[in-house]
Amino acid sequence: MERIKAIEKISAQLEDELVICNIGFPSRELYAVKDSPTHFYMLGSMGMTSSIGLGLALAQKRKVVALDGDGSLLMNLGSLVTIFSQDPENFILVVLDNECYGSTGSQCTYASNVDLSRVAEAVGFKNIFTFIDEIDFSKVLKTTGPVFVHVKVEPGNADVPVINMEPEEIKTRFMENL
Amino acid sequence: MDSSQAVYQGLKKAGIDFMVSLPCVNLGKIIDMAEDDPDVIHVPVTREEEGFGICAGAFLGGKKPVILMQNSGLGNSVNVLASLYKLYQLPILMIMSHRGTEGEFMSAQIPMGEATPGVLDALEIAYLLPKTPEEASKLVPEAWLMAEMADSPLAMLLDVKFWEI
Repeated sequence: MERIKAIEKISAQLEDELVICNIGFPSRELYAVKDSPTHFYMLGSMGMTSSIGLGLALAQKRKVVALDGDGSLLMNLGSLVTIFSQDPENFILVVLDNECYGSTGSQCTYASNVDLSRVAEAVGFKNIFTFIDEIDFSKVLKTTGPVFVHVKVEPGNADVPVINMEPEEIKTRFMENL
Repeated sequence: MDSSQAVYQGLKKAGIDFMVSLPCVNLGKIIDMAEDDPDVIHVPVTREEEGFGICAGAFLGGKKPVILMQNSGLGNSVNVLASLYKLYQLPILMIMSHRGTEGEFMSAQIPMGEATPGVLDALEIAYLLPKTPEEASKLVPEAWLMAEMADSPLAMLLDVKFWEI
């Protein structure tokens, strides 16, 4: 499945949930598929998606969905340990795994050698979903967090424009909606 | 009042309700106070950069965040401070044990200790240097207000001598 299709299927199921979306093409693809004040688009700080999502989940009660990637999770793998230990029931970490750094020219990541679901399992995550050809995100939304969702997607980026918003506008719109 | 109590009182006066922490011998008592405080969410983290990410999310969610850290961890946090905090104009108070300053017993701490103010300057992050518990209890609440008004990180550099009081 193309990543933009996975993002489309997931975002179609979301209503009140807050979304932290990874830097680069994933944010651009989400913005193109569906924009919402509940979306926080990252424009920098690669690796921080899961951490921003965790902080947001701990700070308030609404459900938080972090859309991370394999390369960025590998940059901040300690985050899985903290998420598991903090045990936030309103947090869903989605890893869109294309086994490469898609926004910088598709250089390979070690996710082709290492199964990230098994990493999450070894850390202690109890609720893990792996999707390859189909995504049933409604099941994920009914599951108590923390949830780890591993979605295998094809490398490559959709032909979508850049996000037409200033960083401060993304922040202010997001916070005013809370 | 000792140094740790002064800093913690200041944090409470500022209304800080979210703290992430990394260990330092000088921060031990403050970290224990955070852990025992029912009105504060305390999150021990694995790395400073991760802690900054968590605090950014907490701020978006309505909290007043602080990171308790050693200055050595500033080195692995430069990008998150620039391309998350500066880019989106987010506040955070950084309570930093500044190792490698006068009285330091471990020579390995000196290079990063000396580099620390310059790294903060390069990031255009202001820092305050209280020398006594009295100064700290006064400056910590003001520091949070300054961070909030400037929509920017602000650091308190607490040197080796500060913790001996």
